[in-house]
Amino acid sequence: MFLPALIAFGTRVLVGAQPRWIGCRPSNALRIYYANHTSHFDTLALWSALPAPLRRTTRPVAAKDYWGSGLRARLATDGFNALFIDRAPDRHAGDPLAPLCDALARGESLIIFPEGTRRAQKLPSPFKSGLFHLATRFPDAELVPVYLDNLYRSMPKGTWLPVPLTCTVSFGAPLERRVDEAKEAFLERARDAIVGMA
Amino acid sequence: MGTGMTTQQQFYCLMAGIGTLLVVASTIGWILQRRAAPRGGSATIDNLNQRIRAWWVMVAVLAASFLLGKTTTIVLFGVASVFALREFVTLTPTRPGDHMPLVACFYLMVPAQYWLIYDGWYGLFAIFLPVYGFLSLPVLMAMSGDTEGFLERVTKIQWGVLITVYCISYAPALLLLDLHDASLGRNQLLIIFLLIVVQLSDVLQYVFGKLFGRHAIAPRVSPSKTVEGFVGGGLSAVAIGAALWHLTPFTPLQAAGMAAVIVLTGFFGGLALSAAKRSLGAKDWGSMIEGHGGMLDRLDSVSFAAPVFFHVCRYFYT
Repeated sequence: MFLPALIAFGTRVLVGAQPRWIGCRPSNALRIYYANHTSHFDTLALWSALPAPLRRTTRPVAAKDYWGSGLRARLATDGFNALFIDRAPDRHAGDPLAPLCDALARGESLIIFPEGTRRAQKLPSPFKSGLFHLATRFPDAELVPVYLDNLYRSMPKGTWLPVPLTCTVSFGAPLERRVDEAKEAFLERARDAIVGMA
Repeated sequence: MGTGMTTQQQFYCLMAGIGTLLVVASTIGWILQRRAAPRGGSATIDNLNQRIRAWWVMVAVLAASFLLGKTTTIVLFGVASVFALREFVTLTPTRPGDHMPLVACFYLMVPAQYWLIYDGWYGLFAIFLPVYGFLSLPVLMAMSGDTEGFLERVTKIQWGVLITVYCISYAPALLLLDLHDASLGRNQLLIIFLLIVVQLSDVLQYVFGKLFGRHAIAPRVSPSKTVEGFVGGGLSAVAIGAALWHLTPFTPLQAAGMAAVIVLTGFFGGLALSAAKRSLGAKDWGSMIEGHGGMLDRLDSVSFAAPVFFHVCRYFYT
């Protein structure tokens, strides 16, 4: 209870993480927030920008290789309730999206970064297919595009101390669902929704 | 001086006066809003009320920090500098190669500059950023190896630090002055004198401009600055400054002269920083103070008035 509040407050002091609800309002609906990924602070910034009640039911999906061990793991598990994902899954180990699907099935919203890796640039790279699979399996979940601004300037790749800029977190309108849309078209459209806010 | 009150009593009187002023302002704002409500309200009046509410908060924070003493006063201005610098850098396009210089600005230069005030080391306070800060920033940036737009990038960071840290730190540096009538309270009242004159000058120029403004001074830089606003608001602020002479080491006439210095330099600050803001493509520096914009929108005039006021005081009254 105390640690999450402290993390959210600290994040806001350090990198701003000011929410801008452009296309939707905060809501308890089942949501998949998907955002561009430019720095290690993205996960914290997006999560901290949510109102406190939503922070309790929204789980950031974090890379196991970065967040999965040591102090960072403590922070991720006890602090912001992260779900770990294996970025280089063993082909025989089963479905890497299984923990995400379980969380959605329990009614928990997710924060994901469909590019899969950080890139210090203004616009996101092409998306990997995880978002498509989640969207197909959970047709009722709202897909909320989120644009994170300035974080790549606050903490460029290879640096460990953030410059305390005012970073903004823009929430767009939930992505319209189309039946029988091809994977590539869907991912392109999802990416465009973020680019449109940049 | 003059009235025989202690600085503590003067401080409370002053706060009572400012409180009364804000009650009057809030009442006027409330009446205006009620009158405008049947016509669907007015954006100007809503903004006015937001500004008045923000003033309550700012006055409360300032009063509390002054009451707590020297350290909190210095820390308060240090925090204000951080927010102002943050707004400045956020609006300035930066590249990954600017990371080290920016880290140095936020994590080393701001604490060092304010620590020098706390420590009372005037000699280093006055040259630390203009000499060592100025020289170290291009070195740190060169070490990144990125030469694209080097001069533009390093100049913007130097400019930001000098305005938001060096210049603003001159307000709490008034605590350093060894006035003839020396006491901490006396120096704090000098800071309050500066802030009252500079902020009332801004407010009154805005009010006079809204009521009588016809001729814009620099329409492309700041359409709200008018000749009528500047003259009316400026003269009123000088009159108020003169009336507050007993807070200061000045005679009434000297206080009017000092207020005139503050009004003029404050006006120049607002003008120059408006131009800087426009060149960065923004209308406000930020959004942290409701109705006012950012921290730097409130401190733009202070950043120019404080160093000049400090040095004029230091030359004539110590």
